[in-house]
Amino acid sequence: MSAMLELKNVSAGYGTFQALFDVTLSVNAGEAVAVIGPNGAGKTTLLRAISKLINVKSGDIAFEGRSLATVEPHRIIELGLSQVPEHRRLFPRLTVEENLRMGAYMEAARPKFAQRLEMVYALFPRMKERRHQMAGTMSGGEQQMCAIGRALMSGPKLLLLDEPSAGLAPVIVQSIFDLMRKIRAEGYTVMIVEQNVRQVLKVVDRAYLLEVGRIKASGSAAELLASDEIQKAYVGL
Amino acid sequence: MEIFDIFLLETVLNGVLFGGVLALLALGLNLIFGVIDVVWICYAELMMIGMYTVFYLTKTFGWNLFAAFAAAIVIVSVLGVLLHVLVIRPVLDSEPINQLLVTGGMLTFMQAAATLAFGIEFRNVGVSMPSLVLGEISLPWSRISAALTALVAMVLLWLFLKKTYLGTAIRAISQDRGIMPLVGVSPARIYLTTSAIGGALAGLGACLLVLQYDVHPAIGLSFGPLTFMVCVLGGLGNMLGGFIAAFIFAQLISIGGFYFHIEWGYVMAFAFFIVMMFVRPQGILGGKS
Ligand SMILES: Nc1ncnc2c1ncn2[C@@H]1O[C@H](COP(=O)(O)OP(=O)(O)O)[C@@H](O)[C@H]1O
Ligand SMILES: [Mg+2]
Repeated sequence: MSAMLELKNVSAGYGTFQALFDVTLSVNAGEAVAVIGPNGAGKTTLLRAISKLINVKSGDIAFEGRSLATVEPHRIIELGLSQVPEHRRLFPRLTVEENLRMGAYMEAARPKFAQRLEMVYALFPRMKERRHQMAGTMSGGEQQMCAIGRALMSGPKLLLLDEPSAGLAPVIVQSIFDLMRKIRAEGYTVMIVEQNVRQVLKVVDRAYLLEVGRIKASGSAAELLASDEIQKAYVGL
Repeated sequence: MEIFDIFLLETVLNGVLFGGVLALLALGLNLIFGVIDVVWICYAELMMIGMYTVFYLTKTFGWNLFAAFAAAIVIVSVLGVLLHVLVIRPVLDSEPINQLLVTGGMLTFMQAAATLAFGIEFRNVGVSMPSLVLGEISLPWSRISAALTALVAMVLLWLFLKKTYLGTAIRAISQDRGIMPLVGVSPARIYLTTSAIGGALAGLGACLLVLQYDVHPAIGLSFGPLTFMVCVLGGLGNMLGGFIAAFIFAQLISIGGFYFHIEWGYVMAFAFFIVMMFVRPQGILGGKS
């Protein structure tokens, strides 16, 4: 029984700056796992390393038992690993539907484009209304829906989400977490980075706490939610 | 007065025809800049090679004109890819000034190489086409067919950019280079494809120009700076802006040439360009879109 995603002693950074130290973690098929931690902890760097936007310095990342070391960055998505990046990163001057089309760029996804587009529009009826609108002109919450939709267009097995609730109004944040539940119910395996600790721990099965590039704690969502350390530092009283 | 207006109309129509070809040339340069963020300063020199290709294939080897056109487009397209791989790719992460220096250096190199290989004589494919005569107005078919071909090529390119996955990726890449791998796109491959398309457009431009102008090693200087200014006027990398700017430029040259002298047409166009750079330095429609 090996995990779907497995990181072993991963170190990574930017130039001479090291942002991740010896990170070991795993995500099993069907699970939702959160990575929590303060600003600058290295959460985004971790997701970048998994998607091969940056190279690891040492250690290994494996997806479904296969090391990603030799996989080209643009082929990661073909394995079934799709990321919703920090700050959404939509193509602002492409329409909503063109952004979704970019999500289905890989060869295997193209024949399923129409079908998945319907699936995304069913999940986000708002996106269907806005399909001919430039993505950059939408509100933050709508852009986040579009970004998640784009990531789903490749039919991923594992969805990586980098702070999907960041910068959104409180009621929108709530709807994003409702959406996370919906996505889980659809059967996707999810790894989510969040600073909104209280909320995210209600959605996921397990979580890792990352601080200054190192895993400081891990456990089931309930355990972490109950721990004094997490309560004081992240959840607030 | 009557006659006068007719000749002005002919001038305007000629300007429209020239604008169509200029728009095609600008489109290639804009496409390359929009995607790769590097200006092919030697773009018109690629066209010069294409014009020589048509000249030698038809005159020396007796090829059919259209077969020579096809060959020129393919050859210049391959040259575009080679230019990217050998010259541009090594300096992709360098300062813009260094990128300008290498593609500018290629301009001088290609001119010198053409002088050595082909000599400095002016060459002509010697295809003469009749003119379309409408009352007092007479328009050369070589110009009409060039403008129509340019228009068709632009529409096809637009459909490609709008309707296909590859075309969408080409439009997307300048909006966010960093995340292209996340959606399964290899920027390196998009750069190669775009260079091939840019080269093919230069090759097509060569085919359109070779019917109207003599070929010589410095022919690029007649079109390169002009094309570059059209792109800047429209907003570098902005294809729609370049399209509009091409017609403005062509009209200024054409009408200026009609009232004064053809050289004055260019002076007017360049003066307009300089004024516009103060008024709207970002171009008519702003940068890339
Ligand atoms: N592109 C970069 N170049 C250099 N350092 C970076 C870059 N991105 C992030 N860092 C640094 O790496 C560390 C981790 O950043 P990041 O992974 O973005 O943290 P988080 O997502 O947890 O807020 C921080 O100290 C940050 O300053
Ligand atoms: Mg982050």
